[in-house]
Amino acid sequence: MNTGILAYGGYIPQSRLQRSEIAKAHNWFAPGLQGLAKGERAIASWDEDTVTMSVEAARDCLTGLDRDAVSAVYMASTTFPFQDRQNAGIVADALSLQSGIMTLDVGSSQRAGTSGLSIAMQNSAGSGKSTLLVTSDKRRTKAASPLEMTSGDGAAALLIGEGDVIARLLGSHTESVDFVDHYRDENNSYDYGWEERWVRDEGYMKIVPTAVNALLESSGVKADDITTFCFPVAMGRVAGTLAKNLGIPGSAVADNLQANCGEIGAAHAVVMLVHALEQAKPGDKILVAGFGQGCDALLFEATDALASFPARRGISGHLARRREETNYLRFVTQNNLLNVERGIRGEVDKVTGLSTLYRNKHMAQRFIGGICKTCGTPQFPKTKICVAPDCGEVGTQDDYPFADKISHIQSYTADKLTYSPDPPAYYGMINFEGGGRLMNDFCDIAPDFGVEVGMSMRLMFRVKDYDNNRGFRRYFWKATPTDEALASQKKSKGE
Amino acid sequence: MATGIKDKVAILGMGCSNFGERWNDNAEDLMVEAFVEAIDDAGIEKDQIDAAWLGTGIEEQHVGKSAVPLSMALRLPYIPVTRVENYCASGSESFRGAVYAVASGACDIALAMGVEKLKDTGYGGLPQRNRGSVNDMLWANTSAPGSFAQLATAYTAKFGVDAKDLKRAMAHISIKSHDNGSKNPKAHLRNKITEDKVMNAPMIADPLGLFDCCGVSDGAACAIVTTPEIAKSLGKKDLVTIKAMQLAGSNGTEAQHNSWDGSYFATTRHAAARAYKEAGIDNPRKQISLFDVHDCFSITELVTMEDLYISEEGRAVNDIMDGFFDADGEIPCQIDGGLKCFGHPIGASGLRMIYEMYLQMNGRAGDRQRSNEPTIGMAHNLGGFPAQNICSLTIVGKDGV
Repeated sequence: MNTGILAYGGYIPQSRLQRSEIAKAHNWFAPGLQGLAKGERAIASWDEDTVTMSVEAARDCLTGLDRDAVSAVYMASTTFPFQDRQNAGIVADALSLQSGIMTLDVGSSQRAGTSGLSIAMQNSAGSGKSTLLVTSDKRRTKAASPLEMTSGDGAAALLIGEGDVIARLLGSHTESVDFVDHYRDENNSYDYGWEERWVRDEGYMKIVPTAVNALLESSGVKADDITTFCFPVAMGRVAGTLAKNLGIPGSAVADNLQANCGEIGAAHAVVMLVHALEQAKPGDKILVAGFGQGCDALLFEATDALASFPARRGISGHLARRREETNYLRFVTQNNLLNVERGIRGEVDKVTGLSTLYRNKHMAQRFIGGICKTCGTPQFPKTKICVAPDCGEVGTQDDYPFADKISHIQSYTADKLTYSPDPPAYYGMINFEGGGRLMNDFCDIAPDFGVEVGMSMRLMFRVKDYDNNRGFRRYFWKATPTDEALASQKKSKGE
Repeated sequence: MATGIKDKVAILGMGCSNFGERWNDNAEDLMVEAFVEAIDDAGIEKDQIDAAWLGTGIEEQHVGKSAVPLSMALRLPYIPVTRVENYCASGSESFRGAVYAVASGACDIALAMGVEKLKDTGYGGLPQRNRGSVNDMLWANTSAPGSFAQLATAYTAKFGVDAKDLKRAMAHISIKSHDNGSKNPKAHLRNKITEDKVMNAPMIADPLGLFDCCGVSDGAACAIVTTPEIAKSLGKKDLVTIKAMQLAGSNGTEAQHNSWDGSYFATTRHAAARAYKEAGIDNPRKQISLFDVHDCFSITELVTMEDLYISEEGRAVNDIMDGFFDADGEIPCQIDGGLKCFGHPIGASGLRMIYEMYLQMNGRAGDRQRSNEPTIGMAHNLGGFPAQNICSLTIVGKDGV
């Protein structure tokens, strides 16, 4: 039976920092950055991390699919929010997956994404099990570093399994080489890297061909049959030169999304693969390689099923959901690169009782409310006594998931008094279609656009609060305008 | 069959501290200031007080838990003391405790004290605090102005009022209160303001600007109550009695059921209907002489005019702009300056409102004394957020009215 990709999804945060603004700020000190000062990079909002971005990519991937069929969740990243609390487990919980599944974090290398993909393939091959691979990165970069310019934030997700795949795996090969082009030890937040020319000549140009040639040989596919070559490297011309040296057609070299997104660390090979699948035709042969202390190479062939694969936002859709950011200082401030006076209001203790969280986990992490068996009223949170004024029955509520419900704004404000890392804080009362409501935080609101009463909203999984005293963060769901609401808002503002 | 509180309890004496940034006074000092005035006004000795209630909201900012800070500060002689807290209605709640104790016959004389010392946070505005370990997981990152600002968006959407007209009416509310407060020596803010100033002030939480928000200050207020018979036997004349005390708490309908439209206070409407019935009032617009409402924000006062059935639904803007609630209007609202000028030391506010009613009915309100003598006054005290709150109403009036 074919093993391969059953579904894909992507997520790119809305905000795109203009590289020219980064370069302008640093020009006095690092004029060399001007050479990279083209295009824009995706930046996560203050309330996004690799877990939240993975959840969004996974929701996109699982559009219309039965979540109970997922039997494993692997999460690949080099920037997990938790070092000791399984991150894949948070993703699985937010997706309301059942508990009888394998969850696993894969990290420590820029090829974690492709390694995760390889082991997901191995897990699903011959087992009949579906494995959800999510991969995300939000690399911490020093101000004025080239990485600050070339990196981006985002996530991708693939559902791997057998049967009616949209792309079948033709083969894979991994080379493990302890080639240290950069590293980050347990005591440091930032990478330490070596000269690019050496990395290119001794790393990319030697290790990648070894892996790709071994893969081509074992799978019996000729290099010039490759339709798409997904190789994540920000450095110009490296992928093209590799293709040329390997005999892969120049036209096959996939867009590395450097112009409009930036390189999403360990996730980027998979991000490029998802982007490639969005444009692929049945029969296309897609080669994806990940580089980092060696190289993973995987070869896929798009099947006829791809043609009828239902539309989703994916990488392309999220790239279109875009807001230009020209305020470099906001990026620096929100990434704690600047010691900013946040005011005493920001000192409120955000402690989370772990027992409180566990007891209320379905409410807080899954956004599951209740629906009354007697009167049919959906309500959030789920409580012991029905809220409907003419009902009030005790103990009649079944679980009622709200996370994928559309809601509409009844009232809102833009609050400049409450402490927010990104003022003003937008929040308001949202009424869910079919019933239920919540005074909820909003996310990704552009202050020049704002929101309005009646606007349709959808929920996104976000960081609710950071407990900096204890190194904890709690998650919750926030409301953001639907794509349709954003489109009509843009239209009415004449954009 | 409940007979209600009407005329069962009379005010024997009241006191109110100066409100403001009392940098050099502890909460205990403020309580003593209000108490000394109240017991002097009552003309009794401390040992005649049978029980006392302390209302305070954010006790961790000043006195800490229990009513012991009250009995310690006033050196009360081992009498029953109880601390009550019910959001911003905590002051009214202490009054309710004392009034009900007298009405029940358990006490001859009872004391209610409300106090708050808010100006020890290091920043302006109400203290930002946790809201409970479960609530913190799902409640939006709200501030008080951000919660109440949403009344304006919902009201605008419901009645099709032009946002600018609404903002002007809100401005009129604040200008009126500052005019009144300028005549009150105990008010925190005594400056007059102009419409230009209000309309162009910095935005706090859209559409509430700086002057749409009440101040934050330190203060205390105190009431001593007894039965009308005892009051008379103590030589008290021109009694002011309690006509109604009603309270309503949200049950989740507003916050969790889609039937509430966000433009009004469901609690206020329920409490008002009951209070008018208890007081025997069938036409509040004609029968109420003056009132003090919980004007934490201008928009709160605006919608409250409708929730108290003084203005018709959707017509508060017209009444406000017509001057109906001005000091020389039909029913003055916030004749003392309101929360707007007194600031809002949480536990003290409800009692401070009743204090003004009491002064006005005794002709003791100085420069701001209403010329046609008030006979029925109402204090409206609100705590929480529009979607989830406590509303407390106290109607007082001249004995026999």
